[in-house]
Amino acid sequence: MDLYGYRRENGRVGVRNHVIVLPVDDISNAACEAVASHIKGTLALPHSYGRLQYGEDLALHFRTMIGTGANPNVAAVVVIGIEENWTQKIAAGIAETGKPVAAFSIEGHGDLETVRRASWKAREFVQWASEKRREPVALEDLVVSIKCGESDTTTGLASCPTVGVAVDRLVEEGATVFFGETSELTGGEHLIAERMATQELREEFQRVYDDYVGLIETQSEDLLGSQPTQGNIAGGLSTIEEKALGNIEKTGTKEVIGVLRPAEAPGNGPGVYFMDSSSAAAEHVTLMGAGGAVLHMFPTGQGNVIGNPILPVIKVSGNPNTVRTMGEHIDVDVSGLLSREITLQEAGDLMMESLARTANGRVTSAEALGHREFTMTKLYRSA
Amino acid sequence: MHKFLIHKGGDHVGVATSDIGVGEKVVGVYMDDDSTVEVEALGDVPLGHKIAVEGCEAWGDVTEYGSRIGRATQDFRRGDYVHTHNLKSARW
Repeated sequence: MDLYGYRRENGRVGVRNHVIVLPVDDISNAACEAVASHIKGTLALPHSYGRLQYGEDLALHFRTMIGTGANPNVAAVVVIGIEENWTQKIAAGIAETGKPVAAFSIEGHGDLETVRRASWKAREFVQWASEKRREPVALEDLVVSIKCGESDTTTGLASCPTVGVAVDRLVEEGATVFFGETSELTGGEHLIAERMATQELREEFQRVYDDYVGLIETQSEDLLGSQPTQGNIAGGLSTIEEKALGNIEKTGTKEVIGVLRPAEAPGNGPGVYFMDSSSAAAEHVTLMGAGGAVLHMFPTGQGNVIGNPILPVIKVSGNPNTVRTMGEHIDVDVSGLLSREITLQEAGDLMMESLARTANGRVTSAEALGHREFTMTKLYRSA
Repeated sequence: MHKFLIHKGGDHVGVATSDIGVGEKVVGVYMDDDSTVEVEALGDVPLGHKIAVEGCEAWGDVTEYGSRIGRATQDFRRGDYVHTHNLKSARW
């Protein structure tokens, strides 16, 4: 299928054309939402953090903010923060892509004056963006992320292997794919370690994995009651190892060419990257978008409903009960794999077709239902 | 018509693709070579839950996907329902 996307000023390709109003911090949400309600076609991304953070946690906050604004699905950005300094820093980071960015700080002006000035700029941006046209692009232009949720045994049998086939095909065509879910690899982490392209990457992956699981162990004896979740157990999954082995099915079979920090953009060319990340769906997809992913493939068993404001999230399920009872959330039905009415390669065809149609502008179920979960990852408590 | 699927030869468990009732004789398909196996269910196994195709002694490793998914917390036999009542993570 021919693909059409938006080629941005820096050559990167997006599949959506959002003008976002990005709050630097929690207390700027109100001004951002006011701008977005005045200027139709803009999208505010309210979140909960951005004050009194420090160290690596603050670095992650900036990386997520700048990465989200820089994402090729975003045409232009209005940044609003309480203080001048951090607001300018985030706007400058986004401006490196060459896209239009404007920054407004509230201190000394108040919400109403800030909203007035920012609304003028947002109107200008949305009219400018509305004249952008899709142009022919190729699979190699795409960065695609993957993560499953509300997993059950059908994800390991059907929807995750389907995504695994799609990942292999994407990589063969020169695309880039991100996966993560650090703690949810437990029991199968050796399988990922074996796929690292170099010994250095293998050691880096093992260090990142051990750090994450080590942190969990300092906070709690184990993850019983949380991993697997109650939904996982209701769906038939008994242990974290079983969940991980199903989860890993979606990563395909290609070697892994990079280990990324949360929200970090890849720097090693096209291929498969592991990103250190939470397994919580909204946090995960937000980090992947900040790293540059423009589409997300989301296998689900029991029916996770997550979406993201800037990334189309494509849901694929092989659980016939979920497809029946939660059909409005499912974009790709691969329940025929359980009844063996379709082959895995045919399921992969369905996934690739949905990916291409979504890239070309077809609205996903999550987009249609208004799921816009934008959730910052916080590493530790604020000062 | 099969009622469960097994990921790999040698796995202790398969996954029900339809609800299975106690006493039912059900066919499973090995996904790695398309061979089949028949098992009499010793318990009800809902869709998505696991049925044993091989027995296991308490504290033995239980395999699925050709890998360990945990340890048996009590003996189970071929045909038994396998879930959190007789299977526990080996990691935590």
